[in-house]
Amino acid sequence: MTGQERSTFLGRTEGLYRRRKAFDRVMTGAMALAVVLAVIPLALILFYLLRNGIPGLSWDFFTQDPNRPGKPGGGVRNAIVGSGIIVGMALVIGVPVAIACGVFLSEYGQNRMGAFVRFLIEVMAGIPSITVGLFIYGLVVANQGHFSAFAGSLALAILLVPIVARITEEMLLLVPRSLREASYALGAPRWRTVLRIVMPTALPGIITGVMLGLSRIAGEAAPLLFTALGNQFYTTDITQPMDSLPRRIYVYATGPYDYWHEQAWAMSLVLVGIILVISLAVRALFGSRVTVRQ
Amino acid sequence: MAIDRLEHSQRSALGLKNRLKPGDWLFTAVTGFAAIVVLAVVAGMFLELTQQAWPALRAGGISVVWDTAWDPSHKVFGVGAFILGTLITSVFALVFATIVAVLVALFLVEIAPGWVARPVSYVVELLAAIPSVVYGLWGIFVLGVFIRDHLGPALIRYLGWVPFVDGTPLITGLFSACLILTIMILPTVMAVSRDVIAAVPRSQREGILALGATRWEMIRIAVLPYARSGVLGAAILGLARAVGETLAVTLVIGNSVQIPGNIFAPAYTMASVIANQFPEATGLHRAALIEVALILLAITFVINVVARLLVWKVTGGQRAVVQE
Repeated sequence: MTGQERSTFLGRTEGLYRRRKAFDRVMTGAMALAVVLAVIPLALILFYLLRNGIPGLSWDFFTQDPNRPGKPGGGVRNAIVGSGIIVGMALVIGVPVAIACGVFLSEYGQNRMGAFVRFLIEVMAGIPSITVGLFIYGLVVANQGHFSAFAGSLALAILLVPIVARITEEMLLLVPRSLREASYALGAPRWRTVLRIVMPTALPGIITGVMLGLSRIAGEAAPLLFTALGNQFYTTDITQPMDSLPRRIYVYATGPYDYWHEQAWAMSLVLVGIILVISLAVRALFGSRVTVRQ
Repeated sequence: MAIDRLEHSQRSALGLKNRLKPGDWLFTAVTGFAAIVVLAVVAGMFLELTQQAWPALRAGGISVVWDTAWDPSHKVFGVGAFILGTLITSVFALVFATIVAVLVALFLVEIAPGWVARPVSYVVELLAAIPSVVYGLWGIFVLGVFIRDHLGPALIRYLGWVPFVDGTPLITGLFSACLILTIMILPTVMAVSRDVIAAVPRSQREGILALGATRWEMIRIAVLPYARSGVLGAAILGLARAVGETLAVTLVIGNSVQIPGNIFAPAYTMASVIANQFPEATGLHRAALIEVALILLAITFVINVVARLLVWKVTGGQRAVVQE
């Protein structure tokens, strides 16, 4: 290689190297830009929730029922209480089934049958919530002839089960084998071992799962549209149509009145506040292993 | 039959042939019953919706899937326009959310130190905790207004040569729905991609770095090909979410049965037409809307199965999908 050739070769590789470094920097910049783009929406949503929501919060907001449409003032007590009742009842219906399902998977699920049930739970988790609402509409509302809070709770329970069941299974499988073996060695049958040793050990994890499920269903309006419907008035009768926060946000967001919009923002702030507090608490208790997904 | 199988698996799991005590039998029966409840709900949903949609299924046949005329007052129920609306919005969301989500996931796994990656990751995932109806509210009063006043006109001025980028930007319309869905599925795609990318073995990266690759070359040559089917699975999980998303879309898409002529035109998706029209629907109209739900259920079912298989392939079995 002559001196001339050598220097052009080095020049070329150096140019190539510089181009490669530059492209690397461009792509690093693109990744950082993507992070900024991904964080902006959350910041904007929280900002507008606070800005537009805080003015609507007042004593009346929590303690009064809605006025007749068009008359400013009033509150959303019926929706807050209704959401509490519907979601609470959904937990009562869904949690036992979900935990039993999780136990079944962790205890008896290491075979074809378990894989099939696990697959069904995945499928169930992916069902659109509006479809669940229509299912319960056909099954309960159409047969009974009227909308009811109970039907709404059933729909929410169906959304709850796959979330809680999967987390319960995970948490039960994390319990060390040695604890079980010690229990068996003392002559305890399997059911006592599970109920007295395995489940208490996994309890914090299971509670986490329930809380995550709760925060997931608390914001759902689509399954309630055709089941719990809504109600202008305060009621605690679960056989009657009942209001809920997400559904009232939906109604007010599409309505013509400014004070409706203000109250919709305030309700959204309350709802997101509750969900974020649960989510942060779960994170503080249990780290990053489990997260809330709507 | 199921109980027999369970007894068998229980014995083999314990590794000894103990006789089944009554308590154990009861315990197996109770937990097994919960599993049967899940089976019954999933099967019941298909059966119930099919039964409710039967009048429309019989009247319309298979051709409703591509018929685009929907006119309840003349008993014409073609679902094509809604399938098209769902297809446009979800594919738009899928493409843009995946691009951003994969870049974010790469940043979190390959570049950011732990003290940056953890909070950023958490903040993006918080997007998934916000209820659909709150997205809808924000979509109407903040995002929609921004699109009408700034983003829409700017797009038409600079990207007007792209097909379908014209018309009049309004607060509600196809484009608003596309953007809202992109934001909504971003955390799902990001979280799953991040887990898949983190599962790429270290030796892959070290090998290519030892050959003198830059960091981006390492990502392109060693990381992305390895994680490809998992990232694809993550994207499809996001797609499933976009397809079934209801209230946010109902609030911002403008709700019109026309075939949209441009990206700012009002439209319907399958989920939003159900939410919007079902309360007033009766008779055949109602059955037709339930038929739409049945088609939606079938589509999300297929999408979910494909996505799960792809994610499992990379992360290796059921254990790794804890987070979803």
